Amino acid sequence: MAKNILEFEKPIIELEKKIEEMRSYDGSLDIKDEVKKLEQKVNQLKMNIYDNLTRWQKVQLARHPERPYTLDYIYNMTTDFIELHGDRQFKDDKAIVAGLAAIDEYKVMIIGQQKGRDTKSNLYRNFGMANPEGYRKALRLMKLAEKFNIPVITMIDTPGAYPGLEAEQRGQAEAIARNLFEMSKLKVPIIVVIIGEGASGGALGIGIGDRILMLQNTWYSVISPESCSSILWRSWEYKEQAAEALKLTAEDLLEQKLIDRIVPEPLGGAHKDPVAMAATLKNVLKEELAQLIKIKPDKLFQNRIDKFGKMGVYVE
Amino acid sequence: MAWFKRSKQNISPDSVKSDIPDGQWIKCEDCGEIIHIKQMEENLWVCGKCNYHFRIGSLEYINILFDKGSFKELDKKMRSGDPLEFVDTKKYSERIPATIKKSGLYDAVRTGIGKIEGKKIAFGCMDFKFIGGSMGSVVGEKLARAIDKAYQQKIPLVIISQSGGARMMEGAFSLMQMAKTSSRLARLAEAKIPYISILTDPTTGGTTASYAMLGDINIAEPNALIGFAGPRVIKQTIGRDLPKGFQRSEFLEDHGFVDFIVNRKNLREKLLLTINYLS
Ligand SMILES: [Zn+2]
Repeated sequence: MAKNILEFEKPIIELEKKIEEMRSYDGSLDIKDEVKKLEQKVNQLKMNIYDNLTRWQKVQLARHPERPYTLDYIYNMTTDFIELHGDRQFKDDKAIVAGLAAIDEYKVMIIGQQKGRDTKSNLYRNFGMANPEGYRKALRLMKLAEKFNIPVITMIDTPGAYPGLEAEQRGQAEAIARNLFEMSKLKVPIIVVIIGEGASGGALGIGIGDRILMLQNTWYSVISPESCSSILWRSWEYKEQAAEALKLTAEDLLEQKLIDRIVPEPLGGAHKDPVAMAATLKNVLKEELAQLIKIKPDKLFQNRIDKFGKMGVYVE
Repeated sequence: MAWFKRSKQNISPDSVKSDIPDGQWIKCEDCGEIIHIKQMEENLWVCGKCNYHFRIGSLEYINILFDKGSFKELDKKMRSGDPLEFVDTKKYSERIPATIKKSGLYDAVRTGIGKIEGKKIAFGCMDFKFIGGSMGSVVGEKLARAIDKAYQQKIPLVIISQSGGARMMEGAFSLMQMAKTSSRLARLAEAKIPYISILTDPTTGGTTASYAMLGDINIAEPNALIGFAGPRVIKQTIGRDLPKGFQRSEFLEDHGFVDFIVNRKNLREKLLLTINYLS
């Protein structure tokens, strides 16, 4: 357990432990007062810490090993999930999970990157790094959704597309490019949610949509802070600076007008209360779906061209 | 998505011309053959002995491809707006003017409309010497507009890629240029207007993972490095050496991702032939 605690979480967890201990004593009034004081203190401390997180700390929260992943959201938000496998060409990529599900009255196709919780499951999931067949599986199922007029929800949580030898052989670049191209013109609504890490083309490969949402403590950029540090500073040591320079948090991206909406997380992060997190996200998704299903299919394509067409800053 | 900081092959005819007085010779990067600069120029910057294709810039490609005097450049002076006020070891706001001064280019792509044997073509060509041919807002916007010209005027589109990938200093803005260009290409494709992508050395990262791989026909120059991840990163990931020829044009052709490879001296002719089949 201890290894899953981030540096800035430590003082909070220590105080919480102390409160737990005091509660376990038989309650004289003195102790109850003391507990109350400590509870106030811990709340104050949390607000202080979480209101003032650096960008790098948010990156760490986005990668928190206890953070809910795509399947957790599927289990907590939907019913009657049927997982669907494979790209029909090569194999089933376990780094991307997908399937049909119901969010109350809405039928949806959910597609998302999936990380593992421990070494074994991370090897199985390839740490959420998809191969080309993962992107092709995603596309096959989006086309399926299109055929039966089912909205698509994608969940992004990846340190990047897998940079492997076979991945290149099977056309990692082509697979991602094809998805950007096809998702642009998909005739059903697409909602994209960044639930953890959104690293570069590997994230964007399932990231074209009508509404782009980010959970509060997530990041989305062209490169990870570590890789950016290694290339621009020629050392892995400048990841904090790189995170600052890249302006990669949900707040940053909203300000840059590259996303539509931030979904608030429970105090301390999504991992502190995955059920509440899922409930919040579910409500947001229902709101968005209600709007999007009213848009005519042909209009969706034009809207996406306009949406992404506006992104960019240049001087003429 | 890394762009290449430096390259031992980063010779451009521009820099050769300015650095070496007339009558000088240059050495082939690959076989070591000493070649006269005039001969190189006549041979379109390809080694006559080993067929090594030297990296050239957008101006050279325009000269090679288009009818003399027919090319009209678009959005020539569009330049980066530094949306993140990005600072690494240097300010991006200082890096840009310095690169503009050094390269004589405003950003890493040149776009316009020209004619090949009288046939109008919308065109974009990247320049590696501008921050590693990296794709930021300017590259995305200029290409998007060139795609729109092809769409509005119903003329074929040709893009020559030469890029280390998306530009880090514009963060997520760079990433979204992949979405911007790909969605425009999707509209062009719906209108059944042909798009030919030409991949030259190197084409990697977000550039490959968007417009460079989306041609109706993908053409590569010989032995160009083409891939998503850079070879160094892949080597690190898998922990062993990469096979010879990995991520080179011939490898891509073998695995089904480029339609054909063409020598630079045949590029114009083959391109025109291809376009004529499709339009
Ligand atoms: Zn040679």
